[in-house]
Amino acid sequence: MTAAPLLEVRNLRVEFPTRRGTLVALHDVSFSIAPGEILGVVGESGAGKSMTGAAIIRLLEPPGRIAGGQILLEGRRIDNLSQDEMRRIRGRRIGAIFQDPLTTLNPLYTVGRQLTETMQTHLDLSNSEARKRAIDWLEMVGIPAAAQRIDSYPHEFSGGMRQRVVIALALCAEPRLVVADEPTTALDVSIQAQVIALLKRLAREKNTSMMLVTHDMGVIAETADRVAVMYAGRVVEIGPVREVVKHPHHPYSIGLMNSIPPLDHRVERLAQIDGAMPRLNAVPPGCPYNPRCPKVFDRCIVERPDLLDAGSTSAACWLYDRAEAPHV
Amino acid sequence: MFAFILSRLLQALPVMLVVALIAFAMFAYVGDPVSIMLGQDFTEAQRDALVRDLGLDQPFFVQFARFVGNAVQGEFGLSYRLSRPVAELIAERAPATLELASCAAAIALFVGVPMGVFTGLYRRSWLSRFFLTFSLIGVSLPTFLIGILLILIFSVWLGWLPSFGRGEVVQIGAWSTGFLTGAGLKALVLPSITLGLFQLTLIMRLVRAEMLEVLRTDYIKFARARGLADRTVNFGHALKNTLVPVITIAGLQFGSIIAFAIVTETVFQWPGMGLLFIQSVGAADIPVMAAYLMLIALVFVAINLVVDLLYFAVDPRLRADRGAVRGT
Amino acid sequence: MAAAAARFFDSDLWWSFSRSPVAVLSAVVALLCIGGAVLAPWIAPQDPFDLATLNLSDAFKPPAWAEEGDAGFPLGSDDQGRDVLSAIMHGARVSLLVGVCAVLFSTLLGVSVGLTAGYLGGTADALLMRIADIQLTFPSILVALLVDGVVRAALPRETHDQIALFVVIFAIGISNWPQFARTVRGSTLVERNKEYVLAARVIGLSRLRIMLTHVLPNVLGPVLVIATLNLGFAILAEATLSFLGVGVPPTQPSLGTLIRIGNDFLMSGEWWITIFPGVALVAMVLSVNLLGDWLRDALNPRLR
Repeated sequence: MTAAPLLEVRNLRVEFPTRRGTLVALHDVSFSIAPGEILGVVGESGAGKSMTGAAIIRLLEPPGRIAGGQILLEGRRIDNLSQDEMRRIRGRRIGAIFQDPLTTLNPLYTVGRQLTETMQTHLDLSNSEARKRAIDWLEMVGIPAAAQRIDSYPHEFSGGMRQRVVIALALCAEPRLVVADEPTTALDVSIQAQVIALLKRLAREKNTSMMLVTHDMGVIAETADRVAVMYAGRVVEIGPVREVVKHPHHPYSIGLMNSIPPLDHRVERLAQIDGAMPRLNAVPPGCPYNPRCPKVFDRCIVERPDLLDAGSTSAACWLYDRAEAPHV
Repeated sequence: MFAFILSRLLQALPVMLVVALIAFAMFAYVGDPVSIMLGQDFTEAQRDALVRDLGLDQPFFVQFARFVGNAVQGEFGLSYRLSRPVAELIAERAPATLELASCAAAIALFVGVPMGVFTGLYRRSWLSRFFLTFSLIGVSLPTFLIGILLILIFSVWLGWLPSFGRGEVVQIGAWSTGFLTGAGLKALVLPSITLGLFQLTLIMRLVRAEMLEVLRTDYIKFARARGLADRTVNFGHALKNTLVPVITIAGLQFGSIIAFAIVTETVFQWPGMGLLFIQSVGAADIPVMAAYLMLIALVFVAINLVVDLLYFAVDPRLRADRGAVRGT
Repeated sequence: MAAAAARFFDSDLWWSFSRSPVAVLSAVVALLCIGGAVLAPWIAPQDPFDLATLNLSDAFKPPAWAEEGDAGFPLGSDDQGRDVLSAIMHGARVSLLVGVCAVLFSTLLGVSVGLTAGYLGGTADALLMRIADIQLTFPSILVALLVDGVVRAALPRETHDQIALFVVIFAIGISNWPQFARTVRGSTLVERNKEYVLAARVIGLSRLRIMLTHVLPNVLGPVLVIATLNLGFAILAEATLSFLGVGVPPTQPSLGTLIRIGNDFLMSGEWWITIFPGVALVAMVLSVNLLGDWLRDALNPRLR
C-alpha cells in the first residue's frame, strides 16, 4: 500500500427486504483499491461479486439497498450522496462495464451518439469536438475504420467489437476507476484474451484503477495486481495476486485454486470442493464456509472470523488467529 | 426500401381480393337485387333488361371481375334503401367519421402515451394506481355506456355540451368540417372522448408494460451507469425503445377506431359512415354494406403499410440490409 | 363425489382462489348476476312480459330511495310502468344465454379448426390459418355486424324475427373463433410430436380417434381460460348489437335492448331506465373478466 487509496469500501452491508424477512446479500465487505491498481474479485456465482460493483455505483436492483458501511472515493464518502450527485460520479469518476455486450448498448442509437452523449454529459465539449473524440476513442479500443463506423448501430458490430465499444463508453469521460463486471464472460474464448489485454493496456495508459469482477482465475492471474476472494457475501481472502494464486491461506481459496486445471501436467481428476455455497437465507452461523471446510473446528461454528493477517495475505479464517496458532 | 413497400403491397393484394370476393358474394347472392331494384310492378322485358344491365347473365368470373373493376373506380351501384349512388353517400359521410376518428386517435395517443410513461416510471405513486384503476374501468365499460354516461353528466345534468349531431359545419369543397366553428368543436368533444377512451386505456397499459420491460434492460442500466441524466434515460433511451410495439398496436387501433365509430355515431347520432352502415345493416341494404366492408379493408391495409414504414424509421435493425449494401 | 369435493378444496386452484380477494369478490358478484338471471321467472318482483300486470299509472317511477320512489319498484319503472329490476333480471337472462351459447359455438368451431389445422398440417393448416388471420385483421364486432346484416338480408323478415336469437349467437360466435383456433393449433403442434401420440399411431388408432381422445384433452386448459375471457366479450358484443338495434328482437329484450330503449328517456331526466341495466351489464362483464384473468394467472403462473 503506497499512496492513499482511490476507493475504500468499509464494512459494506447490502440487504434485500423480502416478504419472508431481510436477506443480507453483502456482509461487512471491506477492501480498497489504490490509484492505478487492478483489483480482481473472484468467487462462485451468487457470492456477491457483481453486487459489490453495483453497490459502488449505486445501481443495485431494487429492493436491494445499502444498509451499512461506507464507500469512499478519493477520501470522500459517496454512499450517502443524493441520486443527482451520484449521477455526476457515474461515468465521470467511476465507469462501468457490463457482462453482455449484446444487451448493454441501446439498439436504437448509433455508437457515435452514445459516445458523444456520454462525453457531453460530463465534459464541456462542442458537438464537433465530441465527435472527434468519439472517433479517437473508437480507434483507441481497436475498431477499424473508426471514422466510418461511428455512425453504425450496435447490431452492425460483432460481439467482441461491441464490447470494445462498451469499454470506450466506460472510459470516454476519463473516470479514475472502472468497475468491470465479468467483461469477457459472454464473449467467444478467442476474443476474451484480446479484450482483457485491451482493458489492461488502457487502464495502465490512463492510470485508471479497475475493479475486475470475474470467475475466471486465468484472467485474474494475468491482469490483476491484487485479488479479493468472495464467498456467501463476504470477502474471505485478499492479497497480492501471486500470493493468493500460489499460496492461498483461506481453506476456500485453497479449494478454489486446486480446482483450476494446471497447464503444465495432466491430472486424472480435478480437485473439487464438496457441497454448494449456501443460499442467502440459509447461511450458517459462524464462518459461512464451515459446512464445507475440511479444517473446520469448534470456533468456526459459533463465531464469525474477520479478515486476519495470514502473512502474505489477509484471510477471514480462525486458523490465522494468533490464539489458534498451534493449528497452522 | 422500395422493394419492401412493393412486397408489402403484394401481400395486401390477396387480402383485398378475398374481401372483395365476400363483398361480391353478398352483393350477388344475398337477397334478390333485381326484384329489390325494380320494386313491385315490372314487366318480364324490364326484368331481363336489368339482368343484362347488371351483367347477372354473365359467368361468375366475368361478374366478379366487373365488380372489382367497378370497385376500384369507387362504383358500388345504388343503395337499396336510399336509391342513391353508394359512392356519393359514403363521400358525404366520410368527413364526419374521419374528423371524429382522428380526434379520438389524437386523444388516445397524446393522453395515453404520457399516462403510460408515468405509470411505468412511478409505479408506486398513488396517481399511477389511480390511472390503472381508471383504465380497468375503461376496458370493462362498453363504448355505448361511456357515451350514455357522458351525455347524462355533461349534457343532461350540467348542460355544457351537446348530446347529438355535429353542431355547425362549414363546407369546404366536398369536405364538411366541424373544426372551424365553436359549436362544431363543442359537438366533437363528447363523441371523441367516448370513442378514444378504450384505445386510450389500451395504449396506456401497453406503454406501461413496455416501459417496465425496457427499464429492466441492461442498456438502460448501462445508460444510468454512464451518468446520463434521468430525463435523457427515461424519455430518450427508454421511451424510444417502447415505440416499436406501441406503433403496431396504435396503428391497428386506429383501424378499430373507425370500426367502433359505428357505436359512437349511433349514441351521438353523428352523421358519419358508421351510422350509415348500421342503418344499412338494419335495412339489409347490401350495396352499402359491401362498399363499407371494402373501404374498411382498404383502411386496414393502408394502416398496416404505414405501420411498417414507421418501423423502418424507428428501428435501425430492420434497415440491416441497407447497412450490408453500404459495406461498412 | 365427496372425495372429489375434498380433493377440489385441497387443490392449488382453490388455495390460490381463496387467497385472492379480487377473485372471491368477482365470483360473488358473478354468482349474484347469474343467479338473478337464471332464476328471474321465479324471483323477479314482476313479470315484465305480462302486459296485464303493467299499469300505466306506475310509469316513470324513480328508484325507491328517491323522493317520489315506490318500494314496489326498487330501481324505478319505465315508460310503461314496468319494474326496472325485473326487466334487468329477465334481460340478463337473455344476455347470459346469448353469451354462453356464442362462446360454446366459437369454442366448438375454433377447437375443431385448430385441431384439424394443427394435426393435419400442410395445405389445410396454411389455408385455415390464413382465413383466421384475415378475419383477425378486422375488429370482431364489425364481423358480427356484417354476419348479422348478411343473414338479415338473406332471410325473409318473418323467418328472421323467429330465429333472431340464433342469428345473434351465430354472428357473435363466428366473429370470435380464430382466437380459439390459433391457441389450439399451437398446443396441438406441440402435443402432436410427443411420445404418447406417436405410440397411439404405432398402435394403429385412426387420426380422428387420436385427435379426440389423446390430443384434445391435453389442449383444453388454455381453451378454458380463453372461453372464460371470451364470455365477457360475447356478453358485451351482444349488448352492443342490441344497443345498435340489430341484435335480439324487442320481444326478448336483453340488457343491451333495455339500455337502447332507456336511452330515449335520458334527455328528459329518467336516467334510471338506462343506467341500471348498464350497471348490471358492467357488473356481470367485469366480474367474469376478472375471474378469467385470475384463472389465467392461476393455471399458468409463468404468464404473470
